[in-house]
Formats: sequence, C-alpha cells, structure tokens
Amino acid sequence: MSDATITLEVTRYRPGHDREPHPQSFEVPFQKDWVVLDALNHIKDRIDGTLSYRWSCRMGVCGSCGMMVNGVPKLTCAAFLRDYRPGPIRVEPLANFPVIRDLVIALDDFMEKLRRVKPWIIRAEEKPVSEGEYRQTPAQLETYKQFSMCINCMLCYAACPVYGLAPAFVGPAAIALAYRYNLDSRDEGYRLREPVMSDAVGVWECTFVGECSVVCPKGVDPAAAIQRSKLAGATDWLLSMVMPWGGRR
Amino acid sequence: MPGEDGYQHDLLVIGGGGAGLRAAIAAAEESNRLSIAVLSKVYPMRSHTVSAEGGTAAVMRDDDSLDTHAKDTIFGSDFLADQDVVETFVREAPGEVIQLEHWGCPWSRDPDGRVSVRPFGGMTVNRTLYAADKTGFHMLHSLFQTSLKYEKIVRYDEWFATSLLIEDGTVCGVTALNLHDGRMRPIVAKAVIMCTGGAGRIFPFTTNAAIKTGDGMALAYRAGVPLKDMEFVQYHPTGLPGTGILITEAARGEGGHLKNKDGYRYLQDYGLGPPTDTPVHRKMELGPRDILSRCHIQEHQKGRTFDGPYGHYVHLDLRHLGEKLIDKNLPFVRELARNYVGIDPVHEPIPVRPVVHYMMGGISTDITGKTSLDGLYAAGEAACVSINGANRLGSNSLTELLVFGARAGRSAARHALERAAPRSNPLAQLASDERRRLDQRFLRVDGREKIADIREEMQKAMESGCGIYRDRATMEATCQTLAKLRERFAHISLADKDAVFNTELIAALELECTLEVAETVARSALAREESRGSHTRTDFPKRDDARFLKHSLAYRTPDGPRIEYLPVTITRWPPEERKY
Ligand SMILES: Cc1cc2nc3c(=O)[nH]c(=O)nc-3n(C[C@H](O)[C@H](O)[C@H](O)COP(=O)(O)OP(=O)(O)OC[C@H]3O[C@@H](n4cnc5c(N)ncnc54)[C@H](O)[C@@H]3O)c2cc1C
Ligand code: SF4
Ligand code: FES
Repeated sequence: MSDATITLEVTRYRPGHDREPHPQSFEVPFQKDWVVLDALNHIKDRIDGTLSYRWSCRMGVCGSCGMMVNGVPKLTCAAFLRDYRPGPIRVEPLANFPVIRDLVIALDDFMEKLRRVKPWIIRAEEKPVSEGEYRQTPAQLETYKQFSMCINCMLCYAACPVYGLAPAFVGPAAIALAYRYNLDSRDEGYRLREPVMSDAVGVWECTFVGECSVVCPKGVDPAAAIQRSKLAGATDWLLSMVMPWGGRR
Repeated sequence: MPGEDGYQHDLLVIGGGGAGLRAAIAAAEESNRLSIAVLSKVYPMRSHTVSAEGGTAAVMRDDDSLDTHAKDTIFGSDFLADQDVVETFVREAPGEVIQLEHWGCPWSRDPDGRVSVRPFGGMTVNRTLYAADKTGFHMLHSLFQTSLKYEKIVRYDEWFATSLLIEDGTVCGVTALNLHDGRMRPIVAKAVIMCTGGAGRIFPFTTNAAIKTGDGMALAYRAGVPLKDMEFVQYHPTGLPGTGILITEAARGEGGHLKNKDGYRYLQDYGLGPPTDTPVHRKMELGPRDILSRCHIQEHQKGRTFDGPYGHYVHLDLRHLGEKLIDKNLPFVRELARNYVGIDPVHEPIPVRPVVHYMMGGISTDITGKTSLDGLYAAGEAACVSINGANRLGSNSLTELLVFGARAGRSAARHALERAAPRSNPLAQLASDERRRLDQRFLRVDGREKIADIREEMQKAMESGCGIYRDRATMEATCQTLAKLRERFAHISLADKDAVFNTELIAALELECTLEVAETVARSALAREESRGSHTRTDFPKRDDARFLKHSLAYRTPDGPRIEYLPVTITRWPPEERKY
C-alpha cells in the first residue's frame, strides 16, 4: 500500500441530465494489485454512488465488464492500474454501441444476431439420451474448441471498423460461434446457418482488418473464423476439403 | 422482452444461470402450450455458473456405481442429506450430463471419444466430467445457446425481481424492475421457479461473483417460506489471497500438493495420509473441503503458514505436473494465477487460503422442487432439496442444477397447465404498492447511512461469527450486529435517484436481501449446538445425532428468524462416524 493516487477520466452520461457524454475525473488510491474495475468500485462505494457500469465475476469469465481503457477495448477486471501509470486513465463505454448510461452499453443487437446464427447443435436425427453420448475424439474437439471459448464480452465488436460503419454486419463473435457449431462433429446444421453467414452482411462484409482477434481476451481468433468461413462458403469442393463431414448430409 | 400477452406467462423462471435455463428448457419440452419466461438481473450468460471451473459429477464408467456416488455424497454431507433425494440425484445425473453433451457441451474427451472423468475431493472413483477447467462456462453457454432455439422461451434480461406476488396464498408472479427504464411491472405467471443462486456475498472474502446476494432466498423467506440448513457455509480451501478468486479443486484432482511454509505436505498430520506421489481418492489433497479448510486454520495456529498482506496462506504446488498437463487440463488456473497473483504455476507454487464458496442451505423444497407456498418452486444453489447436507462434495453442485433444475421445470410446468390464469387487476395494484415502497424507502429520503459501510460491517460480522470455527459468544455478537445493521439500513441514503440503470438502487435492494439471509445463517448456526460438516463449534466439538440429525428451518418473524427442525430422511445408509 502507498499514498500514491492515480486519476481516472470516466465518461459520464445520464439520460435526462446530460445532453451528451462528457468525462469526469476521479482520483483514486493507486494500489499495485488493483484493476481498473477495483478503481471503479472504489469510486462507486466511496466517492460517487451514481456511476453506473456492469461487472460480476471479477475473474475474466462472465464478460460483463468490457470498456474502452485509453481507447482500447479491455475487460476492466483484467486491466491493471499499474500498466497505465502514471495516468490519467481514460475509461469510456465500448465503442460502436449505443450507450444506455455512463459505461453501460446496449447489447440488444448482438443478442438478436446471436440467435440468428443458430448457435445450437442441429441434427437431422437426434439420438435418444438413453443411447449415451456422441463419441468425439480429442482431435475433433480440438478443431472447434478455440471458437467455443467466447465469453460474449463484445470487445471485438468495439474494435471492428466494419461494425462501426455497417451495424448490420453479423460481426466477429456471432460468426465465430456459428463457425464453432459448423465445425463440431456432432452438428449437421451448416446449411441452415449458411444463409446468415453468406448474406451480404455476413462474412463477406469483413475486410479482414483483424482487430477483433487482437483485442479478444480469450484467444478466440474470430478473424480466423470469418476468413475460414469465407473460404468454406466459396465452393462446396473446398468445403469438403477443410471440413471432411461437409458432404455428409 | 415480453411476449404477445404483455407481461403474462404460464411459467416464470427467476434466474438465468444453470438451474434457471435447465428448468426453462425442461418446461418447454414438457409442453409446447406453455408460455415460459426467464427473468434475470444479468444477461443469462453472465450468471455465476459461468465461473465454475472443476467439473460435474455423474456415474459414467463400469468401475463406478450409483450406490457409490450416493454413499460418497451422503458421507460427505455428514449424514444430513436426505437419502431418498440423493438416490434420485445420482440416478438422474448420468442422463442429464449426456443430455448436455447432446446439446453441444464441449466435454474433455478420452482418446476413444468418450467423455473423460477426473478425480475430485471426497469421491471414491473418477466421476467428475469436465471441460478443461472452464466447466461451468461451457455448461452455461451450451444451455443458453440451446435455450435460444425454443421460441416459447421469452426473456427479461436485466430485470430485477423485488418481491413475489401472492394472492389468496398462491404465487402469481413477481414484481420486477426493468433496469433499462427503471419501471416496475408485475410479471404474472401461474408458477414461479426461483433459480437465483447463492449468497456468498454476505461474507467479505468469497469466490462468489458480485451478483450472489441471496435475492431469491430473501424473497421466498419474506413470503413465509422457510430457509433450510442455512448454517452450512462451505469454505473452499484454495482461493487466491486478496481477491478470493478460486483455484479449482481439479488442480488437486490432477495431482497438485498443498504445502506449508516448510514445504511439507501438512495434511498427513491430520489423519489424511499417507502422502503418495499420485493422488489417491479421498486422501490427502483429495479430502473433503470442510476438513481441508479446518486443517489450514490449525496449521496456521501452529505457526506453519506463510504471512502475506492478505493474511495467512499456504502453497498449492503444481510444478511437478509439468507444463503440458497444466496447459491441457488446467489452462484457466494458469491464466488466473498469472493475471491475479503474478505467478506462473509451471514454475512457482500458488499462494492459497480458505475462502467462502458455497451455501449448502437455501429455500426448502421437496424432491420435485416444490416449496411450501402454492405455485412457488426453487432449484440450484438458491434451493435446499437437500443433497448437500452439512458439506457439499465438489462437482455435485453443477449436476444438482441440471437434475433439480429439470425436475422443478417439469413439475412447475405441470402445475401451470392445471391452473387458471391469475386475475391481473389486483396484481397491478400490488406492483404499484411495491413501486411506492421503493420510492419512499430509497429514492425520496435523504438518510445518513451508506451502502458500502453497512455491507462491510455485515461482512465483517459474518466472518468473525460464522467462519470456519464458531462459538456461542461470537455468534451472539454477530446476531446483535446484524440486528443493528437492519435498523441502520432503514436510514440508507442513495445519491442516485435516476430511473435508467440505477445500479445504486440495485445495490441497496441486494444489501437488503443479504442482511436478511445473513441473519438466518447466524441464527441457525447459533441454535445448532453440535459440530457437523462445515459447521464447526469449538464449544460443541462433537456431532450430536440424538439432538441434531435434523434440518433446520428458518422462518421469518418481525424479530428475526425463528428456528424449527425437520427430520432427515435415511434410507439405506445409517449414520456412522465420518472418517477419511
Ligand atoms: C468460482 C466457483 C467455482 C465453482 N466450481 C464448481 C465446480 O467445479 N463444480 C460444481 O459442481 N460447482 C461449482 N461451483 C458451484 C456452482 O457453480 C454454483 O453453485 C452454481 O453455478 C449455481 O448456479 P445457479 O443456477 O443456482 O445460480 P447462478 O448461476 O448464480 O444464477 C443465478 C441467476 O439468478 C439471477 N438473479 C439473482 N437474483 C435475481 C433477482 N433479484 N432478480 C432477477 N434475477 C436474479 C441472476 O441474474 C442469475 O441469472 C463453483 C462456484 C464458484 C463460486
Ligand atoms: S470473440 Fe473474443 S472479443 Fe469477441 S466477444 Fe468473444 S471473447 Fe469477446
Ligand atoms: S467482471 Fe466478469 S469479465 Fe470482468
């Protein structure tokens, strides 16, 4: 512990009070094991109870606490104050999203897109539970595992220049999840997801900037999912090469 | 978002965690005539189930049997689990985990493609399925994504339930606050299932997420439903000092060692030995959590733990497991240790100490998830059905969400099919009363008390009176502090009077719930004059089956909880001494 402090410049926006978002400075104690979220909690508990933001797990897995920290999308529960010394640290709501209040953004668009890509196992015929599990080898698991690690934190959307310009774009995380199911040896739903994926605002919209994969805190690599989906969509021949189960149906 | 009928549904599930989503899907499969709503204060995939790491237990292999799983669970519970419920639990567990496999859960696999199983504390064979060390995350996202395919399931995301609507002794829905616009609405339903999770946040140092404030327990308790076995609070032996972030038991299941400051595997001094190189079921580091947590405290009292800025700790050593195994089966442990204590477990031991983890108690239900209040059901950590008794075995909880979430979903669905829709006029009146209560209590007054102060004092009182070791004097002091805090809460002051996304108001409502739940824990603990499972009294160090082979039930009265008792159901395993 020390007497040192650090300044946070936090974006405030209270509908009904503020015409537009504006920064407000708060000085908080500098503690070397504090993350930005700890500093926000300190502000809320001790300085200004009106500050609004989302958080829950404080261990980087619930996906609630994404914000722009010095202009970069970050999980604030995993962004240490010590990495931003001497400050000030700019904390803003995630870019590219409508702001509900202060640091809270609206997620409705993503939730709708997520449902649209049908992120569930689709099969022509379901095996009854009494017949046991579907066998899946570690190698088959490995093909899609990475894309199943998405915590829906929205950092990739905040980093995506295409989503910024064309909000209809399905976007990195939803495409990565669709791709995750396409790759799953238990799934046969590729053709049902295809219309959304190959739609003008599906994978083809992406200009392959790759920012999404840079900011992703979970190593999902949505850019790869998009790129490989494009390839897969290109020809059925290619499809059957990269995804051997492709012609099974 | 509300369905066509406005805010009217057949079935309303409060909570979008593992239990809530499993219940909603079970109800949707039970009948396609039902309108089902899931209401949650956070988006479902943010629910605390997402943090669960280690795994979920079910009998999957020929070397295992239902009876062994039942016996381990009952033994672990220190004979306070209801044995008929445990038998149902172990029988339905395999089907539930396979169902989840069919729904896409990426379970870790053996080379032949079967789902893998790993050892876990207190279990005699390998029966814990896992998805690396992000089991809860994968289960929750699989359930949530699967739930999206059911059009009959509508959601109220970021709505906070504030009270149960009751008419003529029957539950008719809830009042809930929409965080997005601050409006209070009655959400009307023929049956309500509480799946609101645990209450670890009544303690200062916990693995639990910020949202685990026992809301559903408090709502049911206020409506006259008893809370069962609340004195049983599980400490997990391995949390990171400072944050309380969990290092999963799977780290020990994979072969990790607990060492004191001399580098000595101290558990061998407490009857858990002999130490072996490869893990042996139920021995040493694979002993049950209540016992391991007590060993830590005793080791500390002998002066053999480390001292750090966040109190005493010991080492969890994984180095001998090697980088390859750690990256394959414990990647999240490595990520958490690196990020939050700056230690790479491949090269250094991880500092750990006991941390509040799980509430064995909760809303009292029967084996179908039904409570004593007509139309109200409960499942998951919010409920007590009971399979966990005085001490839960690791990896039984995630399975409990599935088995009893599904059961509650089905029985509430059948109840809803038989019932006529509640009349909505009187309910609208009840909702505007509730709105007025919140306005008057929180938004119009200028009190002098701060949320953070009361919360901190409550947490401190709980740690001192209801920690790993308990005695009458400190528990009485805790009860007095809690009663005073309840009075002080009446003078709470909020800086935020806005309607839109008022998280300060939510924090106040949560604090009100935690205060209530904390009192049931302290009072039930004070009344139980014996030591059993996680409840260890220095003034009553022995288990006392003659007086306390019973569940405690806490009922709400204006002067605080009244404690009553309920017999435990014993089927085939008569109580014996619990020795490992
Ligand atoms: C770090 C950690 C690791 C764990 N690991 C394991 C493990 O490996 N194996 C195992 O078996 N168990 C494990 N557990 C225990 C297990 O994860 C939990 O018991 C379980 O996930 C609880 O699930 P639930 O569905 O009952 O509640 P939760 O997942 O907590 O969900 C509660 C839901 O209720 C909603 N809610 C609450 N209050 C309100 C309100 N007032 N209004 C509206 N909605 C509300 C929330 O929004 C949320 O959706 C672990 C626990 C922790 C803390
Ligand atoms: S892909 Fe990565 S950045 Fe995008 S939502 Fe998922 S976890 Fe977050
Ligand atoms: S609080 Fe859960 S990811 Fe940061």
